[in-house]
Amino acid sequence: MKQQTKFGVGAAIIVATLGWLAWLGAQESKTYYHTIVELSSLKASDARHRIRVGGTVRPGSIARYAGRVDFVIEGEGKSLAVSYTGTDPLPDTFVDNSQALVEGKLAPNGAFVADKVQAKCASKYEPAPGQPKDSTGGSGYSEKKS
Amino acid sequence: MDLFGSFALLLAFACAVYAIGAGIAAIFTRRPLLIKSARQAGLAVCILIWMGMASLVYLFLTDNFSLAYVAGHSNRDLPLFYKFAALWSGQEGSLLFWSFLLSLYVFSVLFTYRHKHPELIPYVGVVLAGVQLFFLVLNTFIASPFQVIGTMGPHGVLQLFAQADGKGLNPLLQYPEMVAHPPMLYSGYTGFTIPFAFALAALLGRYPGEKWIHLTRKWTMIAWCFQTVGILLGAHWAYAVLGWGGYWAWDPVENASLMPWLTGTAFLHSVMMQEKRGMLRVWNVWLVFTTFLLCILGTFLTRSGVVSSVHAFAQSTIGPWFLGFIIFSIAVCLWAYLKNRDYLRSDNQLDSLVSRESSFLFNNLILLVACVAVLSGTLFPVLSEWVQGSKISVGPPFFNKVNIPIGLFLLFLTGVGPLLAWRRTSLDSLKRNFGWPLVGGLAVGAILFPLGFRDFYALVCVILSVFVTLTIFAEFFRGARVIRGRTGANLFAALAQLTMRNTRRYGGYIVHFGMVLIFVGLAGAAFNQDKQMEMAPGSRMSIGPYSLICQTFTSRPAQNYTAERATIEAVRGNQAVMMLYPERRFYPANEQSGTMVAIYSTLKEDLYVVYAGRSPENDQPVIHAYLNPLVKWIWLGGAVVVLGTFLALLPNRQAVLVVRAAAEKVAPGAAPQTVRAPLRTYEGND
Repeated sequence: MKQQTKFGVGAAIIVATLGWLAWLGAQESKTYYHTIVELSSLKASDARHRIRVGGTVRPGSIARYAGRVDFVIEGEGKSLAVSYTGTDPLPDTFVDNSQALVEGKLAPNGAFVADKVQAKCASKYEPAPGQPKDSTGGSGYSEKKS
Repeated sequence: MDLFGSFALLLAFACAVYAIGAGIAAIFTRRPLLIKSARQAGLAVCILIWMGMASLVYLFLTDNFSLAYVAGHSNRDLPLFYKFAALWSGQEGSLLFWSFLLSLYVFSVLFTYRHKHPELIPYVGVVLAGVQLFFLVLNTFIASPFQVIGTMGPHGVLQLFAQADGKGLNPLLQYPEMVAHPPMLYSGYTGFTIPFAFALAALLGRYPGEKWIHLTRKWTMIAWCFQTVGILLGAHWAYAVLGWGGYWAWDPVENASLMPWLTGTAFLHSVMMQEKRGMLRVWNVWLVFTTFLLCILGTFLTRSGVVSSVHAFAQSTIGPWFLGFIIFSIAVCLWAYLKNRDYLRSDNQLDSLVSRESSFLFNNLILLVACVAVLSGTLFPVLSEWVQGSKISVGPPFFNKVNIPIGLFLLFLTGVGPLLAWRRTSLDSLKRNFGWPLVGGLAVGAILFPLGFRDFYALVCVILSVFVTLTIFAEFFRGARVIRGRTGANLFAALAQLTMRNTRRYGGYIVHFGMVLIFVGLAGAAFNQDKQMEMAPGSRMSIGPYSLICQTFTSRPAQNYTAERATIEAVRGNQAVMMLYPERRFYPANEQSGTMVAIYSTLKEDLYVVYAGRSPENDQPVIHAYLNPLVKWIWLGGAVVVLGTFLALLPNRQAVLVVRAAAEKVAPGAAPQTVRAPLRTYEGND
């Protein structure tokens, strides 16, 4: 067999193996992005997926209990009750009115059980007062502030 | 000063346009005066960008809060040190900083080669000015850091006003690494522009031979080294500041910095194939194009809001510009390649599967697969939306599943590759070079396994690390023994001489050794533990071999924040080890808080303690403790990589004193000053 062919076969095996691993990893961790509005109209089969939702934390809604933190996020006029049960401490940026991204699953009662919460953000670009705000939208992450 | 800065940038923009026009004209007419004029315009662009940067620095240092950018990212109480970090903490400033670093490279290139390679440098100048022009458009017209704060008053008159104080720098960025990390990473990103420009120039100008590779080797290594340090500093910042106990989260911004590193690493290896064997010419050109494009893509990803990230800049209008520039660059590269692809034909073909060539090929293959995996994982939400219509993201399990085996395979190649012969390797030399190191690695594995080192990947990683380390040490030892036999020098002198004779080879080994240390550190993550507890003064928590005894909680004001600080005594056995002071800081300027992690770091493990806040039920402080084994090895490995790169950048030295002296004796009338033996330096002796 020619050396090029041998190399080709070796390369194909490696790439195929890694591709398979990638597929496994993707199945394990894939998370569907939804908006708060979409959540209420999800099909039952889709509602079982791991889901990521973004919204603005309603002021005064953060309540900390042993082993969990409850809060409400809002977006597009709708709201969603979230219960964070993860072990990591919540980020310092997570405060009233901050924009939060929560990841987890929908509980049968319609509440959202999150094991991961992110909040905006380290090197955030904020327009100074007196300047027009930058346009938002596009990522599904940033909702309008209510 | 803001006017001075924005005019400097505007003028730089004009000069860049001229440098491109004059450069293209010079390439066609080959008139020396035009070549010189284009070059000097290129130099002027750089100097003008420096002026723009200097004026922004001045505005920050003088607390000029009439500027939107300064007011948004600094405040009066901010320590001087962090006013520099504030410079590049926002979009406009960081883009100007990008231009600034690029201009340092461009200036050095244009100046160093001002009298050399007249057929190549005009092309290089045009490409570099083109890249600079793009960033200057952003700096001047799209995201100028020199915008003043103003509102449209009655009668359409713009009313300017200055703020009494700024909003301050994001507390997460008020950390020493944040002053060093962006300049390092950006120096990496921008540095890859130089090999890109030379590759494109050589292709466009059909510049003969592998000369461009020799010319760019140093630049590529410098860029690579900065990129490595930048990534590690970023990881260290995440580790020491974000307080989640880890250093890498496969966040899009982290991935963005890793991707060009992967292709850049592939490029550094595969150019050797071209230098020695005239192979992979097309591949190399595309590899360096890709590296550059990934650098631009990285900048784009962090600024456009295409993928959401914890530390991405919020969406802005700047995205389409980057996208346009990336598409334009791809088009230019593709056009140059299609036009001149016959110039890139290969001299040789692969001779054997067990050879240096094939180890390089495998190295390149999996680095590229890693890059594709990271890229597709990062862009998964975008891609899935195109394909399926629903946005789906993938998390760390995806990245880890692919990249851990890739990393281990690379580690294996790190040990094997450099010792394989070019063309083909005999079974005998395989046994001689790898027999004992392999036995050593397996022996260490056999000792660790019963001690509870059961994680499969971590075990493989340690076995390979020992194997690679032994092959590297054996190489040094073998070479040093030969020199010692010949000169009688002691072992250390012989080692130093050996390294200096072929800095590229032995510097490379040291870089490899540094990577081994990093891998050992990464393997430690398989054994991380953590524990969270409400702690009152006097209460005790135990984690691993340590006990944490809570002493007091105090509050202390500082220059621009107030800190709530826990005093915790770490005890090991019955021996007090260290007092730890994890803090939570509150910054009034922007009403944000930040954590200060307390770390007790040893070679064996890091005890990492976070003051996680107060429990809302009973106001008890919550302490989160992590035990992270071997993390220190990562930072040590980084230092070794830098040392190795530095050595590899030094020219080879070989004193040819003996030969010269003999020659002088033949001609006794020779002038005495020529007796001094010159140091012969040469390159590419790998």
